[in-house]
Amino acid sequence: MTTADATQTRSVLSDPGVLVPGPGYEVSGTVERYRDTFNRTLRDELDRDADVFIMGEDISGGFDRDTNEPLDAWGGPFAATKGLVQDFGPDRIRDAPISEAGFVGAAVGAALTGLRPVVDLMYFDFVTVAYDQLLSNAAKSRYMFGGQTKVPLTLFARSGGGTGHAAQHSESFYSMLAHIPGLKVVVPSDPYTVRGLLASAIRDDDPVFLVNDKKLINMEGFAPDESFAFPLGKGRYLKHGDDVTLIGMSYTSVVCKQAADMLAEEGIEAEVVDMLSLSPFDEEIIVESVMKTNRVVIVDEDTPRASMASEFAAIVADKAFDYLDAPVKRVTGPHTPVPYNKGLETAFMPQPDDVVSTVRAMLDGE
Amino acid sequence: MRITKEKLRWLYETMYRIRRFEETMLEQTFRGNAMGVTHPSDGQEAVPTGICAHLTEKDWIGSTHRGHGHCIAKGLDTKAMMAEIMGRYTGQCKGKGGSMHIADFSKGMLGANAIVGASVPLAVGAALTSKYRGMEDESVGVAFFGDGATSQGVVHESMNLAAIWDLPVIFACENNQYAEATPAWYAVSTEDIAARADSYGIPGVQVDGMNVFAVYEAAGEAVARARAGEGPTLLELKTYRYHGHFHADDPKKYRKPDEEEEYLERDCLKHFEGLVTQQGAMTEEELQGIRDEIEQEMQDAVDFALNSPMPPIDELYSDVYVDYSNPLAGLR
Repeated sequence: MTTADATQTRSVLSDPGVLVPGPGYEVSGTVERYRDTFNRTLRDELDRDADVFIMGEDISGGFDRDTNEPLDAWGGPFAATKGLVQDFGPDRIRDAPISEAGFVGAAVGAALTGLRPVVDLMYFDFVTVAYDQLLSNAAKSRYMFGGQTKVPLTLFARSGGGTGHAAQHSESFYSMLAHIPGLKVVVPSDPYTVRGLLASAIRDDDPVFLVNDKKLINMEGFAPDESFAFPLGKGRYLKHGDDVTLIGMSYTSVVCKQAADMLAEEGIEAEVVDMLSLSPFDEEIIVESVMKTNRVVIVDEDTPRASMASEFAAIVADKAFDYLDAPVKRVTGPHTPVPYNKGLETAFMPQPDDVVSTVRAMLDGE
Repeated sequence: MRITKEKLRWLYETMYRIRRFEETMLEQTFRGNAMGVTHPSDGQEAVPTGICAHLTEKDWIGSTHRGHGHCIAKGLDTKAMMAEIMGRYTGQCKGKGGSMHIADFSKGMLGANAIVGASVPLAVGAALTSKYRGMEDESVGVAFFGDGATSQGVVHESMNLAAIWDLPVIFACENNQYAEATPAWYAVSTEDIAARADSYGIPGVQVDGMNVFAVYEAAGEAVARARAGEGPTLLELKTYRYHGHFHADDPKKYRKPDEEEEYLERDCLKHFEGLVTQQGAMTEEELQGIRDEIEQEMQDAVDFALNSPMPPIDELYSDVYVDYSNPLAGLR
């Protein structure tokens, strides 16, 4: 829903939504949907480097039976690659059959021999079908072979509940990827951050997995016109406050911000930390914020066991224990698959109300 | 089939180098000088030799846990290989990969992998790079894999991808007839593995993998097809490993003696020596000269490896990423 008059200039450093350095103090940009920013960033990177190509199921959307020409019927899953095949051709927008292990493995082989593949894995759940290729080949090649090679591979997929996609199309198991030495994981939370993190992922010489929560894809936000690289491993503040730190990642950063706005109406000033990267991740911003607020709630849509929420809680316990005035709290999905029924699915996902009540209980307990 | 004298010499030299490397490596393993398990490929030498005879450093090969022969045939240095098996800092991968993960990207060797079937998508990816760059005539991918790998899903997926995209790749199935202890007659649904090529619409050729000339000829056609942009070929090379699955495995527990004897009779070196001396293409003196040189090379490789330093402990943390901002050390 980009309109011509949406173009505007933002002061990146003073904008409370973006408290890390952007490409400059004044940035010209557009308010647009996350999916449009994503698409235009892919386009920029394809333009920028002839070694970049995209591979995935349906990304050029079918082929004409008579001419063999790609049809771009869908524009790729969630229209991520819409219009690209017309401009870059079927070699660079390479439609793959349903064989995630095969084409992720082939992408690793292409990366080892000098290309920069970008793989669209459609739904995040499909990671498990290609998991061996990620774990054993993408992530370990550089190490096993004594640093002789690098694997400049980018993967992306859609995670999260909220759309009635049920148990096998709604996963958020970030920690299953962040656990892998050799792989990087990023979780942008709005058009601005996906603009910077997708570019960084594609330009990075290590394998990077970028997770798009489905609930973000149609949300609007400001994104710079010029392409820029957002540093991997850096979080940002979405709001400053002194009373409690709310840590979010991907869509739960939006949840944290909503909860912080609700808490502000009650006179509670929450600080919102948006992690953006899960491996490497910004330990400093966690510790810095908790040292200031002395309380922390970590919000993660993943199931709770061995989750990123648990990992961040461990960092707080290790590095900011003496600053805590209350036990660390985690608000996560339950230890269940994601259900289909709307009411059950909503109950699965961390909601702003859950965060607010957790903060209230924390403050009441003191 | 015409083979130059130089190539003939190379075939013998390469097969004999692999044979002696495996025997020497096993001896060192039993002396406790290797740091882990090793999977010898002696008996199978004709396969990598006959195939790599058609390749240059711009071609890529993917390899397996039983990969020493592939490495040697692709021109890797036996000193650095022996040092790698002994876990030394001078090894091909600084001692961090070991026997199952030898790699040399400067020689077009994509690295050996120990997940069965892993070489196949990687070689397909290398072929994809070649086609992407319009370099099929000078760079093809070769996936070496065993009969065991033909039951892996990713192998079928990769063959389908290569077929629909006409990629310059050769699927070299070394059918040594045993996946660990499990015989191919039990685990493979078809009589011949080559027959599976039909289901991808690509040529499938069964080859006597104990005869280097048969391998050389079949591989020549497959490589020429790939270089001409005509797509992939599946080669099934019927061969035999003289030792067990790994150094300490006794294959007599699951193989019949008459079968072992039959293949020893058809030994690739014996076959080559008989044929070239009979036809007057090479003399016994020439062959002996090659054997002597390689004997010395093996001694040098062992000496080099044994006298090489261990990797410094800091190597534990290097080469995980090109760049990473969090600490890599564990928590103590």
